[in-house]
Amino acid sequence: MLVEILFYLFATLLVAGALGVITARNPVYSVLFLVFSFINSAAIWLLVEAEFLALVLVLVYVGAVMVLFLFVVMMLDINVAELKQGFTRFAWLGWITALAVIGEISAVIWGHGLGGIDVNRGFVSEPANYSNTMAIGQVLYTKYLYPFELASVVLVVAIVAAIALTLRRRPGLKVQDVSSQVAVRAEDRLRVVKVSAEKRS
Amino acid sequence: MHTPITHLLALWGTLPDLIRTVVWILIISIAVILCVAFLTLWERKVIGWMQLRRGPNRVRIFGLLPGFGQPFADVFKLLTKEVIVPSSSNKFLFRLAPALALVPALAAWAVIPLSPALVVSKANAGLLYLLALSSMGVYGIILAGWSSNSKYAFLGAMRSAAQMVAYEIAMGFALVGVLMAAGSMNLGKIVGHQQGGVLAWNWFWLFPLFVVYLIAGVAETNRAPFDVAEGESEIVAGFHVEYSGIAFALFFLAEYANMILISALTAVFFFGGWLSPFAGYPVIGTTFLADPSFFWLGLKVFVFLFLFLWFRATFPRYRYDQIMRLGWKTLIPVTLVWICVEMLMSAVHIGPWAKPWFH
Repeated sequence: MLVEILFYLFATLLVAGALGVITARNPVYSVLFLVFSFINSAAIWLLVEAEFLALVLVLVYVGAVMVLFLFVVMMLDINVAELKQGFTRFAWLGWITALAVIGEISAVIWGHGLGGIDVNRGFVSEPANYSNTMAIGQVLYTKYLYPFELASVVLVVAIVAAIALTLRRRPGLKVQDVSSQVAVRAEDRLRVVKVSAEKRS
Repeated sequence: MHTPITHLLALWGTLPDLIRTVVWILIISIAVILCVAFLTLWERKVIGWMQLRRGPNRVRIFGLLPGFGQPFADVFKLLTKEVIVPSSSNKFLFRLAPALALVPALAAWAVIPLSPALVVSKANAGLLYLLALSSMGVYGIILAGWSSNSKYAFLGAMRSAAQMVAYEIAMGFALVGVLMAAGSMNLGKIVGHQQGGVLAWNWFWLFPLFVVYLIAGVAETNRAPFDVAEGESEIVAGFHVEYSGIAFALFFLAEYANMILISALTAVFFFGGWLSPFAGYPVIGTTFLADPSFFWLGLKVFVFLFLFLWFRATFPRYRYDQIMRLGWKTLIPVTLVWICVEMLMSAVHIGPWAKPWFH
């Protein structure tokens, strides 16, 4: 009973947060609504005892990705009116994308089934010593090793590409030579001299 | 036998789990907040002694213990002051930010094993939970800086956000090493697997990771020498420059609660948590000194907290680019190298990997 109440609570908040993302006028609010949605979906995952996925969602998306989003959005000087200009003109594109995503999700649920999971049966919890994290690790590093490694290679390529795109040498830029700074010794900068005291007259 | 205390204990046993958990949460939160109060006093005293001053010594409790009333005097002063909300600030986020900074610092205590029996949640993914929560603490700071609509506050928030994101990675990698040595993400098991005396604790085999974790912990809490987010000589007080009264006190509380948290985590991950240093040795290992208890955890937390204060009193502040360089180019490579070393250690079964639960 408690689980059902919590599920509907988090689900409602999730939908409200997702609506907030696309309706908020201030882009900072949009990012914060997205963070709110992530936290609520993590809570829903926790309700089905998928604690690894839930915590990694919070750790990676809320803790790292969205912080950088917020960082960028706060630094940008966004003209909201300019952004909204093409809204009605490109609305059909948004509708097509939304319908395609809905179609794909329904095709997975009704076409393939959920991998033998009976939705009407309700949720059955695992025994207390069952570790979700260990179970994911065991299939990730055996059965799905190649897709997993491929995904990481794709990520590395993306990182290298992003750095290569932003790397540029500006002439006349003043940069510190860190190694020479670190290599400085006190004797190079400071000379201690002994001065004999003046004779008292 | 039928004293009021036994009645109370019997009643306690019959209460539903939900209520008992809520009571434990309240007790631990209040204890942490009281610890913060006395930590501020201890900090001022220690720094005072290191600078050949006396520190606070006027306000007394019940006319005794000079100085001990200082935290309460400070709290009452801050509570009765007006909370000024800048006119061009974002009112809602301005009020929300202090709470966002404080909540993760308190919520993290849910999975910390205080003694062999006492822990609010024996979550299997406790370590992940801690990482997730500590990564959320940055929101309070960013939002405080942004919603204040002040250049100083915004600069402080940006510095702090970049710093926390950078040091979280080093911290996470250090914890990967702990995870490998313990074979579990449950904090109770991480402590339990360090059994067998001082040299069986993780700090011995994972010494570089311990150093990285401690440095990253200091940086993560925005404490000196990594306190450029406050940087009073450059940006006044950083992200909380516009906050006054109790709103400022909440940021203060969050910072000190995070210090206690990082100290407790260092003790749990690298120094055997509630384990006694005397266990596993002849003669003394059979006395009461070898018993695991909350006392040992408290002692270790106290030592690490003292380190925090010692750092603040003695180190000059890092320059911002030096902080970034230390985090990305020194600490992260060190952790990566030591994780590889751990792989070798586990292959030849030495250190923690010689213990029975890895076979």
